[in-house]
Amino acid sequence: MKTQVLIIGGGITGAGLARDLALRGVACVVVERRDVNAGASGGNHGLVHSGARYVETDPDTARECLEEGELLKRLAPQCIEDTGGLFVAVEGDDEKYIADFPGACAKCGIPAQGLDIDTARDLEPALGDRVIAAYAVPDATVDPFKLTLDNFSEAQNLGTRLLRFTRVDSFIMEGGRIVRVGVTHADSGQQDSIEADLVVNASGAWAGQVAALAGLRIDMLYSKGSMLVTPKRITHRVVNRLRKATDGDILVPGGTVSVLGTTSVRVASPDAVYPELDEIDQVIEEGARMIPELATTPYMRAYCGVRPLIRTQDAASDRDISRGFALIDHTPQGVENFITITGGKLTTYRLMAEKTADLVAERLGIGASCRTRGEPLPPAEENQWTSPGRAPRAWLERDKPDDLLICECEMVPRSVIDAIAASFHKRRNPVTLKAIGLRSRVGRGSCQGMFCSLLIAAHLYDRQEFSGGQGLANLREFLNERWRGMRPVLWDTSLVKSELQEAMHCGLFGLEFSSDPDRGNRP
Amino acid sequence: MRRGPADIDCELMVIGAGMAGVAAALFAAKRGIDCLLVGVKQGLYFASGLLDLMAVHPIGEGRLWTNPWRAIEALVRDCPKHPYALLDPTDMKTALSDFIAFLGQAGLSYHAEPERNVMIPTALGTLKPTYAVPATMLNGVRAFEEKAECLIVDFHGLKGFSARQIVETMKPAWPGLRSHQVHFPHPSAGQEGFAAGAVELYPEISAGWLENSEARARLAEAVRPHVETAEVIGMPAVLGLRRSEEVFRALEEQLERPLFEIPIMPPAVAGLRLSNLFGEALPRLGVRVLFQHPVLGVDHANGSGFTFEVGHEPARLKVRARAAVLAGGRFLGGGLYADRRRVVEPLFGLPVRQLADRRRWHRKSYLDPRGHPINQFGLETDEYLRPLQADGHPAHARLFAAGSILAHQDWMRMKCGSSLAITTAYAAVQALEQLR
Repeated sequence: MKTQVLIIGGGITGAGLARDLALRGVACVVVERRDVNAGASGGNHGLVHSGARYVETDPDTARECLEEGELLKRLAPQCIEDTGGLFVAVEGDDEKYIADFPGACAKCGIPAQGLDIDTARDLEPALGDRVIAAYAVPDATVDPFKLTLDNFSEAQNLGTRLLRFTRVDSFIMEGGRIVRVGVTHADSGQQDSIEADLVVNASGAWAGQVAALAGLRIDMLYSKGSMLVTPKRITHRVVNRLRKATDGDILVPGGTVSVLGTTSVRVASPDAVYPELDEIDQVIEEGARMIPELATTPYMRAYCGVRPLIRTQDAASDRDISRGFALIDHTPQGVENFITITGGKLTTYRLMAEKTADLVAERLGIGASCRTRGEPLPPAEENQWTSPGRAPRAWLERDKPDDLLICECEMVPRSVIDAIAASFHKRRNPVTLKAIGLRSRVGRGSCQGMFCSLLIAAHLYDRQEFSGGQGLANLREFLNERWRGMRPVLWDTSLVKSELQEAMHCGLFGLEFSSDPDRGNRP
Repeated sequence: MRRGPADIDCELMVIGAGMAGVAAALFAAKRGIDCLLVGVKQGLYFASGLLDLMAVHPIGEGRLWTNPWRAIEALVRDCPKHPYALLDPTDMKTALSDFIAFLGQAGLSYHAEPERNVMIPTALGTLKPTYAVPATMLNGVRAFEEKAECLIVDFHGLKGFSARQIVETMKPAWPGLRSHQVHFPHPSAGQEGFAAGAVELYPEISAGWLENSEARARLAEAVRPHVETAEVIGMPAVLGLRRSEEVFRALEEQLERPLFEIPIMPPAVAGLRLSNLFGEALPRLGVRVLFQHPVLGVDHANGSGFTFEVGHEPARLKVRARAAVLAGGRFLGGGLYADRRRVVEPLFGLPVRQLADRRRWHRKSYLDPRGHPINQFGLETDEYLRPLQADGHPAHARLFAAGSILAHQDWMRMKCGSSLAITTAYAAVQALEQLR
């Protein structure tokens, strides 16, 4: 396989870059080891920062956030809910930080409107009575999956190829160039090689590992952040704690739920990370200082992501390392057709893509300039199902009695599952429960997919999408994946639900036997 | 205390209406003990209908036992705190055979071979090891053993049951399987505006419809052309509710083939059948039954027995009982409750055997064959099934515990749930009589 540009990484950075380049007439190949947004792009709050959070530590990032946030709201409205945000301080918070905040915002051009406490609590009745200061800022929320998928869809429609479940194994180097990239397709185990004029490493937290394949060293730090999802939406707006950034100080609404987070825990590797229970407890306790009901509300799930940070000498803690991005041309290190883009924020993904594409264009001698600053991101039909309420609306509009609801929590009908499967066929992607979950609301509701995955598996067998033991293998993988998020929040009602689920999956159906139990040793 | 008009006196109050609760009430009634059964809901709704005894040990190895009694011997040797270790195998056998005989007399026949577990095909296409199976499911066990030529039938509109899935999943081990989907004989079928197969089928309602002989005949008609060389026919477990054996036999006659039901996702018909059966049979045996009555509190300061607060206003009652069996199950049944810090037994505040560190409650992999440690949390008892307080003594002379609330067992992985409920209920009632 040959291409001008090979992008490694199917997160928001790779997606934004693929779209930017495609709009400049450069169709690329994108390889992603898992599915889209498998790293930090899928493991974040879904917050479009106004920048106010960074005014003290990183004014440049703050300004970038403000500008890019406004662009996102205008150009990708299908992915955005323009909720607005509050910064609130509670009794005991650092008075100096509170006093300096409006000035620091003003310096970065961020509108921060002071509110009296009663007004703030009228706007957000969930705020506790220990709030001592409040400011309104232009925060918003984003559906990170739709954002990445819509970027990829436009790039694909312009000729880009996205190869999911394709792992980069090796770089074949000749004369200071990567001449071939060896990859393995995870589904088939088949090996392949890709020749590209230029290789862009957009693998986020894995950027160091990918660079190492070219014999290069990027000094990376991995900072894990864990978040919790409530079963209902607790506030209308984003609520930030007005203090120096630390654990558990942002509550972000997302459709019908709220997301509380996050933490910053240094981990040795971006692989095999879990939201740990002590992080969860800490986030809850801190969050409850702003919003008391966070102490007692049940939680549906937890999840985490790993922030890729580039090590700097002067940072006192991981929270102090710049959330700006790093664009590295590896020519000075002896590899002339290799670029790494990492770090940064979801909010500034477009700018990261623009700067990277500018460098790519310059290196390839392409004159076309960036179009993503002005052109709206087209909403792709195939990606519509991630929005809460979209599937039930389609179901009601279609009004066909045989179109049974197959995920009852989120009201996803069979026709939507069929439509998603059809879009996979069009893109020559395998149909899996996990991939369907990523592109719909399946598994996001109160059962977390533990019931409806069985219904969907049966339906996909009926539709001949699954054969042999494939559906059960899929089901096991899906259940284990959902479990990662459920495990940290199993107390009270979530524990009741999980007990019922396990009674069904294991007690009755014996899914814990990895193979046919009849073949076992039977005394 | 003044006696109110709505108060109840009884010798034994059984708390919980799941398998352990109904079994305790049944055994108490058979012994002539004046008994009241109180449960928040009919806990049997979620029962699979299969009566497990003991099949997997050690669970970490997933080692499967053909002879459940040998499995129990090994279990008791390796895990001496398992509740089975408190029981006499002869009593266990009596408990099970009495229970199964009672079900048969009440119209729900079960089949168990005394010393042998069986493998039953499920709706997912997996095989589930169990002990006693409803007579309507038995042919599935045999057909699989013989690898008979078999037709699996499913219905348009019944979610979560795909005959094709069962065939696809099981065919390496059972090549003689075929699948076919038919339209269910819906009562409105044939009427104007009714699109065949265009409605959702709910297991409970479908099961009720099949008690109508005309509906059964139409189902048989729909299936008959597809039987061909099949020696046996499998269908989802929706063949009748209260008269399932009659429905089953009639369909077998009409199709001229042995038939079997395949257990489906709970809450399902197999559990409802048990629930209905006990709801009707226990009062006939003289058991007073209060469903939908939560037990709100207890005052057992008086050494002669307990006074319970039962039910919400205005139906609130005081129940005075000389003895009680805690059979409320685990978290789903309300016998145990967990907050972020600990697991408690909410009614009496009995000590719950547990790991203090919540990080160790569950394993990182959901389907880990070793099971989750939290499943083995629960009440520890003396040899009379009396829960212990912190000093190691029974919390009360006539307070017993039965079923999954007991510690040191993982019924989901060991496949011992129903019989654990039945045999510990039997032992608790027996102990009550001995201590009387």
